[in-house]
Amino acid sequence: MPPSHPDPIVNLDNVEKRFSAGGATTAALSGISLNISPGEFVSLIGPSGCGKSTLLRIIGDLIEPTAGRVEVNGKPARNARRDRDYGMVFQAPVLFDWRTIEANVELPLEVMGVSQAQRRSRTEQMLALVELSDFGRHHPWQLSGGMQQRAAIARALAFEPKLLLMDEPFGALDEMTRERMNDELLRIWERTGTTIVFVTHSIPEAVFLSGRVVVMTPRPGRITNLIEIDLPRPRNEATRESEEYFRLVTAVREALRAAHGGTIPEAEPLVVDESGANA
Amino acid sequence: MTVADSTRGQTGPMVRLGRFSGVLRSIVAFVAILVLLAIAWEAAKWVAGDPVRQTPWGVVDPPHVPPFTIKQLNDTNLPHVWEVVGAFVQLATRNSPFSLGAVLIDAAVFTGRNALVGFGIGALFGLLLAIIFVHSRLLERALVPYVIASQTVPIIALAPMLVLWVGTGWTSVALVSAYLTFFPVTIAGIRGLTSPDPRALELMSSYAASWSTVLWKVRFPAALPYLFTAAKISATASVVGAIVGEEPTGIRGGLGRAILEFNTQYTTGPQKLWATVIVAAALGILFFAVVRLAEMVVLRDRGAGEL
Repeated sequence: MPPSHPDPIVNLDNVEKRFSAGGATTAALSGISLNISPGEFVSLIGPSGCGKSTLLRIIGDLIEPTAGRVEVNGKPARNARRDRDYGMVFQAPVLFDWRTIEANVELPLEVMGVSQAQRRSRTEQMLALVELSDFGRHHPWQLSGGMQQRAAIARALAFEPKLLLMDEPFGALDEMTRERMNDELLRIWERTGTTIVFVTHSIPEAVFLSGRVVVMTPRPGRITNLIEIDLPRPRNEATRESEEYFRLVTAVREALRAAHGGTIPEAEPLVVDESGANA
Repeated sequence: MTVADSTRGQTGPMVRLGRFSGVLRSIVAFVAILVLLAIAWEAAKWVAGDPVRQTPWGVVDPPHVPPFTIKQLNDTNLPHVWEVVGAFVQLATRNSPFSLGAVLIDAAVFTGRNALVGFGIGALFGLLLAIIFVHSRLLERALVPYVIASQTVPIIALAPMLVLWVGTGWTSVALVSAYLTFFPVTIAGIRGLTSPDPRALELMSSYAASWSTVLWKVRFPAALPYLFTAAKISATASVVGAIVGEEPTGIRGGLGRAILEFNTQYTTGPQKLWATVIVAAALGILFFAVVRLAEMVVLRDRGAGEL
């Protein structure tokens, strides 16, 4: 099974993150060790403040860990970022208003110095993949939230990164749109074979999408459970109605509850006070 | 997924048409207010100005004697609208071969050219400062107080020194104009260049983009709406700078000099100064309108929320 794969694409070893602000140090992450295999779909789930977004940014070298080792694609995260090994999708689409959808998808290719002809054909493919071919000439503000997020996914995949980092990408969408986007994301994942690390606080979403769900708990952020999701693929509407699916949703919910001593707390501050819990 | 969740109905052409018919509407409104102003002006004089014996439409006989008298409304302080308009076609001075209108347009072109150069220098310098400050917190902290201080030093004090450094001539006028122009651009530039969503910067970082790529592809386009707002303020300030700069630099041929000259002749011909003031105001409006037009063209593809 994935965890024992010989060459992990993401290798986290005892990662720790502390923030200092106004003289006080707070621990956001503590003792995080995790291997992710190529082609895996892994979700990080936990309540607000468990550091899942911070962990995602550490994998992407957008934040530096205070301690521990982070390797992506067999090299330090910094080198992986410089080699453009991963694509990033945020909760907001973060499309640029002054660019058409096409030009937005082309942006990473432009930055990377890809020739115009290649950019064109690549962008066309990507827009077809996320089914936005008819909207390339539109501006972001002319599209619905779901369509904008699809464009953001196309942009992230445009340069064929080996790893896709997604930070609650569908968190701002309504339930129906979110389910449709989940179906599409799986279709894209199956077609591209990209490894996906997916941050969410939706239990059904994590179970439906993932091969593995990483359950995290706050204060300080740490991993409490790794739950294998052995639902057959391809997954579809029938998956969402299967007993096995409900069993796994319940399993993840119970793991989260156990981690919080019986209750799942409401939204908490991103950085919580450190009470001597150094790993 | 469906095409149904698109919002094609509210796309470009409609919005654009709306904007340009908006331009037409503001021109109509501008002219209407001008007419109303002229009517109110004359009405006030009719009620409390000097006696009226003559209008362009004929002799008033017996002369109209206003029931009240207000000093500010007499013919010296507030000449008749037709006198001001008429001044444009009269000779500029008794011995001049040219009409006042021709002389003033000449002067406006002269002043406008200086203002344009000043605006260009000022806007570029202002933007350069903003770019430096956004990339260096140290320089920002060290230099911003001086930038602010520069704006509290009256130009009257500075201009003579400027003349000593660069000499009399249109360059020193342009520099005075630039001096009044750069500040709004710097302040708005700092704001605009730091306006992108932090995630947009993270995104660029994930592409391993250089700072100059981030500046050119993200920060600068994001700053454009802010820069245009500043440019509209600076455009009018550059005209003021070019007019005011003419006096201490002693340069001839511009609106500033015309204002000084007609000021001394005010008691004998107040309408000349009024005409000059109107031309100066029109030049300012022209500068503003050009920037506004450029703004509409450059930002035409931005979402409605951007403006």
